[in-house]
Amino acid sequence: MAEALARISQVQDWGMIQIRADLSRAGDAIAEAAGVALPGQGRITTDGSRTLGWMSPDELLLVLPRAETAEALAALQDALATEHALVLDVSDMRAVFRIQGAKALDVLMKLCPADLAAMPQDGLRRTRAAQVACGIWRETDGYVLIGFRSVTDYLRGILTGAAVPGTQLDPR
Amino acid sequence: MTETGPFRLPRGGRLIDRAYQLPFRFDGRQMRGVAGDTLASALLANGQLMMGRSFKYHRPRGPIASGAEEPNALLGLGQGGRFEPNQRATTTPLVGGMVTASQNAWPSLNADIGAINNWLYRFFPAGFYYKTFMHPRPFWKHVFEPIIRRSAGLGKAPTEADPDKYEQAYAHVDVVVVGGGIAGLTAARDAARDGKSVWLVEQTPHFGGRTPTDHADGQARVDALLAELQGMANVTLRRSTQATGLYDHGYLLVRESLADHDPNAGIPRQRLWRIRAGHVVVATGALERPLSFAGNDVPGVILASAVRDYINDYGVAPGRRIVVVTNNDDAYRTALVALDAGLDVAAVIDARSTAEGALPAAVRARGVRVLTGSAIAGVKGGHGVEAVKLCAHSGSGQVTETIDADCVAMSGGWSPVVHLWSHCGGKLNWSDAQSMFAPDPNRPPTGADGKAMASCVGAAAGDLLVPELTGAQAESATMPVWVMPAHAPRKMKFKMWLDFQNDVKVSDVELAAQEGYHSVEHTKRYTTLGMATDQGKVSNINGLAVLSNALNQPIPATGTTTFRPPYTPLTLGTIAGEARGEIFQPLRKTPMHGWHEAQGAFFEPVGHWRRPYCYPKGSESHGDAVAREIRAVRASVGTLDASTLGKIIVKGPDAGRYLDMMYTGMMSSLPIGKCRYGLICSENGFLIDDGVAARLSEDTWLVHTTTGGAERMHGHFEDWLQCEWWDWKVWTANVTEQWAQVAVVGPKARVLLERLGGKIDLSPEALPFMGWIEGEIAGIPARVYRISFSGELSFEVAVPANRGLELWEKLHEAGRDLNVTPYGTEAMHVMRAEKGFIMIGDETDGTVIPQDLGMSWAISKKKADYIGKRAQERSFMTDPGRWKLVGLESLDGRVLPDGVYAVDQGANANGQRKVQGRVTSTYMSPTLDRPIAMGLVRQGPERMGEVLEFPVAGQESYKARIVDPVFYDKEGSRANG
Amino acid sequence: MLTLTCPYCGIAAEETELQPGGEAHLKRFGPGSTDAEFEAYLFARKNPKGVHFERWRHAYGCGKWFMAARDTATLQVFGTYSAQTPHPTPEIVAAIQAHRPDWQPDWLAEPTTQTPADTSAESLNA
Ligand SMILES: [Zn+2]
Repeated sequence: MAEALARISQVQDWGMIQIRADLSRAGDAIAEAAGVALPGQGRITTDGSRTLGWMSPDELLLVLPRAETAEALAALQDALATEHALVLDVSDMRAVFRIQGAKALDVLMKLCPADLAAMPQDGLRRTRAAQVACGIWRETDGYVLIGFRSVTDYLRGILTGAAVPGTQLDPR
Repeated sequence: MTETGPFRLPRGGRLIDRAYQLPFRFDGRQMRGVAGDTLASALLANGQLMMGRSFKYHRPRGPIASGAEEPNALLGLGQGGRFEPNQRATTTPLVGGMVTASQNAWPSLNADIGAINNWLYRFFPAGFYYKTFMHPRPFWKHVFEPIIRRSAGLGKAPTEADPDKYEQAYAHVDVVVVGGGIAGLTAARDAARDGKSVWLVEQTPHFGGRTPTDHADGQARVDALLAELQGMANVTLRRSTQATGLYDHGYLLVRESLADHDPNAGIPRQRLWRIRAGHVVVATGALERPLSFAGNDVPGVILASAVRDYINDYGVAPGRRIVVVTNNDDAYRTALVALDAGLDVAAVIDARSTAEGALPAAVRARGVRVLTGSAIAGVKGGHGVEAVKLCAHSGSGQVTETIDADCVAMSGGWSPVVHLWSHCGGKLNWSDAQSMFAPDPNRPPTGADGKAMASCVGAAAGDLLVPELTGAQAESATMPVWVMPAHAPRKMKFKMWLDFQNDVKVSDVELAAQEGYHSVEHTKRYTTLGMATDQGKVSNINGLAVLSNALNQPIPATGTTTFRPPYTPLTLGTIAGEARGEIFQPLRKTPMHGWHEAQGAFFEPVGHWRRPYCYPKGSESHGDAVAREIRAVRASVGTLDASTLGKIIVKGPDAGRYLDMMYTGMMSSLPIGKCRYGLICSENGFLIDDGVAARLSEDTWLVHTTTGGAERMHGHFEDWLQCEWWDWKVWTANVTEQWAQVAVVGPKARVLLERLGGKIDLSPEALPFMGWIEGEIAGIPARVYRISFSGELSFEVAVPANRGLELWEKLHEAGRDLNVTPYGTEAMHVMRAEKGFIMIGDETDGTVIPQDLGMSWAISKKKADYIGKRAQERSFMTDPGRWKLVGLESLDGRVLPDGVYAVDQGANANGQRKVQGRVTSTYMSPTLDRPIAMGLVRQGPERMGEVLEFPVAGQESYKARIVDPVFYDKEGSRANG
Repeated sequence: MLTLTCPYCGIAAEETELQPGGEAHLKRFGPGSTDAEFEAYLFARKNPKGVHFERWRHAYGCGKWFMAARDTATLQVFGTYSAQTPHPTPEIVAAIQAHRPDWQPDWLAEPTTQTPADTSAESLNA
């Protein structure tokens, strides 16, 4: 049996914090409290084990080791105490998958209508994977895909299905 | 002759490899083909000219084409779950071991009983169905419908699930060139040289199109282009890939065949590409048209280009003695190819008065008779051509000569394949000089930017010869020939086929015109011209030319029917893609889903969620399980997985006034630490969702929605926030899945929760009814809401989703001696109905306002405005005659059927019995040991004690008394415990 | 199937990533309005053949509602813009008139209702 197009693995030890605020006012405070620079539109910034993603004009997602979540949550709430802002621990409502290998893009091309080949190196694209919402960014040797917890099995099913050996998208 | 069939030529066949022989079966007979064959070429090689029967008259049919336009040679392919009807033999690559069968014939292809229709053709004219099956009316049900149903449809539907897999993929490409002929290859090269990303898709397994067969040095020209393209990194070449439709904004659907030739490869059979193309170059070539002469449907009458394809591409002789009939020069190529292959060419019948071009000259030079100004008056033969009767084309068909032949190669000229161009609105011009509709480059289909999203090149653009690419010399003009001979009598027209698959003849179209069908779209539907699986690829132009002549108007005045995708049929499998089996749709699962499964829960879908309906024990029925669960809850304690309830955070300085707009009740005045039940209406006034809101802090609320409502309500919230009150400082966040939520319900609920221990005070003083509190239960951070949907003492415990299972298991461990019982949605439904609580979707159906449900208490009178308020003031909404919520008490102990109507006196304008109410929820109450029901009844609350009648077909009418909808614990003391 | 560019995140999203929301720039009539006003607000739609303004939500994306100016017959998209504006912006009007010189806005005759809101929304999307 030939090899699968990519290795699909679930990530279980990440924490996630949703930040809603007027980024033009509170951006600096957020960056400082999060310990990661503010990303531009549709981008991520990464510093060590932390990644800050631009989700919408007034929403960021901080991805970090789960153990650091509570502390970061408190730091962000502190930093934004005087702002009209919302800081929430959303670690438990997400499912995270890694898609790794030379043909990782092929797997995602079967599921997402987004032009992921054209996504910038530090891009973050929110789109859909088959029938569910997801967010995608690059990582060494592949991609990270985040979706909702309740559809973890579905996500695993469509990702492994799209990675079946012998189904690369090259012309034959 | 070789062992792959008596009609295999001793040499030639540029697409086949004679070294690899492939056995296959046709109608039970064992045959042999070779690698590279299509099913049609393999059958022809075996002398199997007849491949099916037509739809209406069951006429014997052989292939007339060699490609995707084939209307006749449709076969049933494969067996069991892989059986597929209506597969075109001309485009199906032969696979070793293939099992194929003819269609539309019984008991056999050669002796088909349905062919009796053939002798009755005078009784099956255009519009036959419309005319015949109208009267007498009672005949429809008992005579016409059963007969039509038995004989309707072409081919058989498969009866088993398709075992193959399919997939889809998305691509974003600057330029997609459709068609790998010489024009397409050139266009792809040119676009690639401009630095664009380019795809070239070709429907067949071979690039080159007609050029290698029709033009000297053709193969070399194609090979040179291919070599250049293969060296370009920005070019993707895909063969066996069919562009099926071009849609809005450059959306192109393309079906790539992956394992059609090898079902056991373990990979998807086909892939549907969903391409966003910056520009589409339509290089789809042209299709040859048949000629309309009597007997043009006899097997062995084949398009001239197809005859030379079978000879040249597959080394197969469609016949040994060929008559060519034409109105153009191109068909002379067929005579030359046939001669080169050592076949006889009996004559070329040319409708034109002269034929003086280079091609006719070359044919004459080979000693072949060329009869100009001539036509075919008829074809002798049933299952195959035996002889051809000739006449003058300008006359009415007096036979001048009969020539023995076993194959007629016909050419009525060519039509550019403009489907993709036309799918999204590209317009056509009629060319008198070429007798064809060709794309009008000034009226292209336009994209998002208002500019052309497609362009045509080569034959598809009307440039049939593309001389600058093929080196072809100019040819004499095609002469329009729509009926042959020109003055054929009506009797002859009964045998001139336009649509071969649907059996539509020249006589049918003329009859339609005579009966007043002047629009081509109406004529199409009346006669079924072009409505077969080939969608009129070879028949449409001939048909509308005949219609135009009958209407005595020029062809452009008649116009074409609409070109609709797909160009060739798509398998349903490609449309479904990966969506089948376990991943047919996303199934949403709570953190405790695995536990429910392990307990043997019976699940029901609620939106995409799967929720336990009940937990049957052993052989217990669902009804018994539900009753047991309810009794356990009311007697002691039960747990419900309420994780699916929507949870939305609403935060900000304006959150209070914002929620006051979204809910009918007052949310801004809710004290911190308290919960309040609320209703959400649409701007139309109708109740769309409900749930409990909790005020978490000065500026933060958490609102619960129904299970199916979380995404919809969050969208509703964001809509009003972003588009109406965008200056209000409010954030909303849908945190439904962050939390696992367990309803711990029953008189022993507090006892059970306290056993788990933790830093939280659940006493009535610290946590009264409709309060909430935060703390820790069993070491798990938790928020506890004291709300009740069952009427019992009830705590809804929310913990981070990752800890949900842990909490659930601890509850069941700690409550064993309390008989703690997991209960499902049905027990929940029954208990809420016992309490007279409404359920969105049961008591509401999109036409019900809160006032109908006796819920005026949940509507603030103080507020100047809320979404839906103005609508609820409309006269219809305030009509005292509206149907309102009541309880219904069955008089005879039978449970009322759900949804049944209470009848009233009299009848409405349609003669139907008037109604005055309906049942919205109905159950057997295990608590009360009698049936309970709720319903909406006209002026119901004012009619307490009245008895309503609910007739049900086949049963004695149900009777029920109007009562208060609260059946259990009217004082509400249990929830307050 | 349409492709529209979300003005909030710059993504060219295809129709399956979007949620349609009907005609844009409806003026809400609440309590105190006449039956005629309310019915016009709730039910009467322009449904033009030609230039039209619509609401779309980037549902499988940033979640923002935005407006699109589109020709309903040719599907040409003249532009997409912020949902936080009572009328199409001057840039959108110019883009439409560049392609449809005869087209005239139908709202300029109405008195412009100044909302205090324009500012905050604009700064959010800056
Ligand atoms: Zn967006």
